[in-house]
Amino acid sequence: MTDTSAGSTTTINPPATGVGNSVDRPDASAKVLGSFEFSNDLNHERMLWGATIRSPHPSARIVSINVAPALAIPGVAAVVTHHDVPGSPVYGLISHDQPVFASDVVRYQGEPVAAVAADHPDTCRRAMVAVEVVYEVTEPVVDLLTAATAKPVHPDGNVVRRVPIRFGDVDAVGDIVVEGTYEMGMQDQAFMGPESGMAVPAAGDGSIDLYVATQWLHEDRDQVADCLGLARDDVRIHLAGTGGAFGAREDVSFHVHACLLAQHTNRPVKMQYRRDESFLGHVHRHPAHMTYRHHATNDGRLVKVECDIVLDGGAYASSSFAVCGNAARFAAGPYKVPNAVVNASVVRTNNPPCGAMRGFGAVQVCFGHEAQMDKLAAALDMDPLEIRLLNALETGDRLITGQILDGVAPVRECIEAAAAFPLPPISGNDVFDQPGGAGRTADPLAVRRGVGFAVGFKNAAFAEGFVDDTHARCRLENGQVTLWCAAAEVGQGFVTIVRQIAVSTLGTDRVELMRASTADIGSAGSTSASRQTYMSGAAVLKACEEVAEQVRLAIAATHDVAPELVTIEGGRARTIDGRVDVIVADAIADVRFEAELRHMHRETYPLDEETGQGDCDVTWIFAAHRAVVDVDVELGLVKVVEVTTGQDVGVALNPLHVIGQIEGGISQGVGLAVMEEIITDVGLVRNPSFTDYLLPTMVDMPDVRITLIEQPEEGGPFGAKGVGETPSLSSTPAVAAAVRAATGLELTRVPIKPQDIALG
Amino acid sequence: MSEIYELRVNGVDYPVTADANRNLSGVLRDELGLTGTKEGCDDCECGACMVLLDGQPINSCSYLAAQAQGREISTVEGLMDRDEMHPLQTNILECGGVQCGFCTPGMLMSAHALLERTPEPSLEEIKVGLSGNLCRCTGYGTIFEAVAAASKVEKVEP
Repeated sequence: MTDTSAGSTTTINPPATGVGNSVDRPDASAKVLGSFEFSNDLNHERMLWGATIRSPHPSARIVSINVAPALAIPGVAAVVTHHDVPGSPVYGLISHDQPVFASDVVRYQGEPVAAVAADHPDTCRRAMVAVEVVYEVTEPVVDLLTAATAKPVHPDGNVVRRVPIRFGDVDAVGDIVVEGTYEMGMQDQAFMGPESGMAVPAAGDGSIDLYVATQWLHEDRDQVADCLGLARDDVRIHLAGTGGAFGAREDVSFHVHACLLAQHTNRPVKMQYRRDESFLGHVHRHPAHMTYRHHATNDGRLVKVECDIVLDGGAYASSSFAVCGNAARFAAGPYKVPNAVVNASVVRTNNPPCGAMRGFGAVQVCFGHEAQMDKLAAALDMDPLEIRLLNALETGDRLITGQILDGVAPVRECIEAAAAFPLPPISGNDVFDQPGGAGRTADPLAVRRGVGFAVGFKNAAFAEGFVDDTHARCRLENGQVTLWCAAAEVGQGFVTIVRQIAVSTLGTDRVELMRASTADIGSAGSTSASRQTYMSGAAVLKACEEVAEQVRLAIAATHDVAPELVTIEGGRARTIDGRVDVIVADAIADVRFEAELRHMHRETYPLDEETGQGDCDVTWIFAAHRAVVDVDVELGLVKVVEVTTGQDVGVALNPLHVIGQIEGGISQGVGLAVMEEIITDVGLVRNPSFTDYLLPTMVDMPDVRITLIEQPEEGGPFGAKGVGETPSLSSTPAVAAAVRAATGLELTRVPIKPQDIALG
Repeated sequence: MSEIYELRVNGVDYPVTADANRNLSGVLRDELGLTGTKEGCDDCECGACMVLLDGQPINSCSYLAAQAQGREISTVEGLMDRDEMHPLQTNILECGGVQCGFCTPGMLMSAHALLERTPEPSLEEIKVGLSGNLCRCTGYGTIFEAVAAASKVEKVEP
């Protein structure tokens, strides 16, 4: 053991790239140069291309499948069907109910029936047409309100989950009661980089490597291994460059198909979905039907919230269990609600499967409870802000699950911050300032301005007793820090903040985060539920702190001082006599310090099945939004002029990237409010393209003004909370409220379409 | 039916052997190994495949590669000038305009074309100029700032 600082008294300050600084992403340079390798850039000299043959019907019996004509095409190397699945024939995120390949029936349009590997994508396309599948079409179940009692879509039945909540006096009655029924359409995550990856069979031992854009490597591994009939260690999942996710990559898509094709051909197989296939090949946001009844006193205090929620889960369960739980728990919004009666359910239909999307479950009910709060304010002749502030949740309040909200809860601060920005000036008469986007067809005389508010909340991290863990390893050797964590980087910036955490604890920016892989470390859990900064950030912090502690003890031994006389703070190690004062990473050379650990949040508990009561959540995240819109009331065109927000972030580890999350989340909220919907017609998707499924462009995006509400959260690294989902919660209802204010229409469904206004 | 021709990309002549029906993005990516150009929709809508053809931005997913013969193709790989990043590249880094980064190359090429054509764009011209490029991560604010800042940088240069 040598000491590089022996005899030195020079003070070296850690670099200013630690937590709290808006440092660049480590992968950003490669991304602007075009050299960053995304999953669909993967290439291998021996690779084949894979493609999926899908059902054109939402409901049908499979009479026969004949792959022989496809196999006869030169260049086709393999065609696989359900006969070729050696392990479990089904997979799924929470319950294993979805076939790798349909065998007897298909339950949604786009359900995989077979997969082909060939020398070229064009050969694949010819083979896809050549596979003969004979279907006997059956009547699909498509109506979410009658699905529970319709013919079974699946052997597991048509109700995936029911969550009742009974809180307080269920018979309580308010002085005033307002009712409403609200609907939300099916939103698509629409990440820019379609599903893609490559399966590479290992020589000789039957194991396999899958490079894939995903949100949850270890969950993928477990599902893939089970379907392949392999031991879990014989499947290695490596994160490939991921072009966004937003919930749609939490489920397995082509993973098993590519592995089967690679095994059958003993060659690497690359698969990538086209955009129309991507629309059919991943889960979407659950459409919702919600009936609310709010009771309040004459002075505006909430007395009781009653709510019936039905979510359309589509053909397979995916994460519907969790989505339904969220919808029920957050149905009343971030308010003091002494009594509640909630019945939430998620049903199976032959519509596209639905699962995770940013804010899952909480987004749907936020649209409902916020419309109700405005209705209540109107009935009581109160200001929409005033009624929200009067009822705002605070730390120490009891939620409708009976759980005490014991974390930071700056609801009032969020509302006041969103409202504090001055209102934007009235838009000019310039054609560009008018509603209508690129169409620019609005008549200025018909344009009305509206302002709307909304507040939302949800939990962060996994709830209801789920074993939610994450692993991290930190190694320090000769000034170089190496980190391992299998958290999927999907664009959100985990790769940036873990480096900042290492800088702040070990004092150096010589930090390398290894590629996320199941081969190197245990699970980090999913990049979802706003949990990676909170969970894996905390794990990396603990691992770095453990290494710093090892260094502290080594300094004590080397310099022959008592350990308590050596301090480590802010990445610097010092002895009390001043003989040592260096950054931690440089304190001791030629020794490898290493720490690996598993981090879990505090225990959570399931909800009682009869009453929905239980301490089921870890931490909560809050935001408020104010939207300003201009609406051409004759043509029904909406221009969202501005969205302001106050968002609870705990502590912003990288303010610039927190703002990036907020602006991105608001753009998806604006899209859901006035543009985005997957249109289905008797189970068939009618708009699987960006020509017909409209995303906000730069022209459609409003000005966004943000106040970060920073109140440190216990349990988060450096006080940080998750920030990803929050901006998607109340931005949609704020825009809807603003359009209501501009038009005087009730507008109970999002997305609001021009005809809802023009013909309303 | 394969055809043999040349494509000039970022000032370099590349021999190409490809079917006549291949699109430009596919040939750039799969035949020339220039994977900086992305394919996000195959439908001329997302702009991830944006390249410049004689300075004009086009969606290369919907343009036949063989038609680009004899023309100057510019891709994101050619945006850097020797070892110097283009101001658009440095600005989008500084403004935090990169998250997943899938839209970034196409966004940069549209912005580059805009500033070549209109060195001092109005804020509206920037928005319209980039409205053919979808981004799902950022909400566009940081990208807009980066382009606005780059236009100022380019103004002071001769």
